[in-house]
Amino acid sequence: MNPDNLVQTTGEWLRATGPESDVVVSTRIRLARNHAAYPFTNRASPHQKAEIEAIVREKVAQVDSDRPLHFINISKLGQLDRQFLVERQLISRELANAEGPRAVVVDDREAVSIMVNEEDHLRLQVMRSGLALDEAWQDIDSVDDRIEQVFDYAFSDEFGYLTACPTNVGTGMRASVMLHLPALVLTKQIEKVFRALQKINLVVRGLYGEGSRASGDFYQISNQVTLGKSESAALTEIREVNRQIIEYERQARTLIIKETRQAIQDRVARALGTLQSATMMTSEETMELLSSVRLGVNVGLVTGLPITLVNELFLHTQPAHLQKLMGTQLDGEERNAARARYLRTRLKEAGPNPN
Amino acid sequence: MKCQKCTKAATMHITEVLPGDRFEELHLCEDCAQKVLFEVPKPLKSGSVSGEESDEFTPAKSACSSCGIKFVEFRNSGRLGCPNDYTEFRDELLPLLENIHGEIRHAGKTPRRSPKARAANGELLQLRKQLQVAVTREAYEEAARIRDRIRQLETS
Ligand SMILES: [Zn+2]
Repeated sequence: MNPDNLVQTTGEWLRATGPESDVVVSTRIRLARNHAAYPFTNRASPHQKAEIEAIVREKVAQVDSDRPLHFINISKLGQLDRQFLVERQLISRELANAEGPRAVVVDDREAVSIMVNEEDHLRLQVMRSGLALDEAWQDIDSVDDRIEQVFDYAFSDEFGYLTACPTNVGTGMRASVMLHLPALVLTKQIEKVFRALQKINLVVRGLYGEGSRASGDFYQISNQVTLGKSESAALTEIREVNRQIIEYERQARTLIIKETRQAIQDRVARALGTLQSATMMTSEETMELLSSVRLGVNVGLVTGLPITLVNELFLHTQPAHLQKLMGTQLDGEERNAARARYLRTRLKEAGPNPN
Repeated sequence: MKCQKCTKAATMHITEVLPGDRFEELHLCEDCAQKVLFEVPKPLKSGSVSGEESDEFTPAKSACSSCGIKFVEFRNSGRLGCPNDYTEFRDELLPLLENIHGEIRHAGKTPRRSPKARAANGELLQLRKQLQVAVTREAYEEAARIRDRIRQLETS
């Protein structure tokens, strides 16, 4: 499959159709798996990596699946296409920048993806809209069962699924929930919430931010422990924590509307106004303004703007997406102009109004 | 100053940060310092800081028979070389796993296929290593023999 086919759309997971999608953007579960009869990727020769890739192309990509699976050879892609797949969260930055034979298998709804020759031979991933840990687990569990028929997993009774890094050994499972928490950030409660999380061994990471700083008020919460805790126990833990954070965020939203309605209204209206009229727009500013607009839509301060569109704009204004949409390579300045133009056009079509 | 673990001169001075805001100063020679830095964290045993060369360091001897990685290399990179390393370095890994996960035994999904049915995988892993060695040595007849055996095992 050619990545160009994906440009005009977003994966279903980004469409804000799932449970709690006023706060939760998406749920993702990833499983690390390795072939029992090959050295791990970092110690495999190019020839051995090519053999792993061939098993995936000829067998794994052919397993029964609800939707057809497409095989994409990463080493044949240019830099822009690789970055494009990173922005869509179909592959990791590490896989994009690695060397040698590597690939990704993806279904056309972008719900399932399988990275090949990342740190582990296989990284299976399932994405869902909203808070949907159970559904995501059922999906990935069944994908895993089918792959197991054609790919001999490295597994020991004592240590579970064997992985290149001991931090993943056991279930090999990392479940992540991506949250949009603008009100907790505005009311400066976010630090407090995260300090509490670290005590129960969950990891918090800002989304899309290059460094440690989260941008657009997106945060990702994942489990850390993979050994000695079953998948369902880990999922229960992460579900409960997320329920709590969702509750805190909603309370904070109610509070700011009640106590500082005018200030929030002004903030949202300014954000929308800038997005509708600016002629140069950086990626960071876009994230920040869209975050305010997303909050505005969710608390009823903006009408006529579907959340799906706001989510789509977050994705489409990322550098590689923008260039693919414009059909040409753009440098930083040109990108800022193109981004502002794209935002103006899309928002004009929708015609939102601040309340 | 002499190294605290052997008789050579101490050239490395390491401050270890211990729980409860305590610190420990170590004065070591280059070799012993390397060992300490890549050692699996574990409680200091009393008497370990003697003049004797102690056996509690992971010795350089142990290289995985399947992929050739040494434990020290794993400590440097944080990545193991092959599935067999979990058997090969089991004793060294246990304290590390305990540290990371607070547990040392898997609880969770098990593949539906019986692992016994795939006993050939260990041998395959070894054969692939031998094949690589044979090819580098340009021992093509041997390589061909190994390749045949791999095919045989893969199809059985
Ligand atoms: Zn090994």
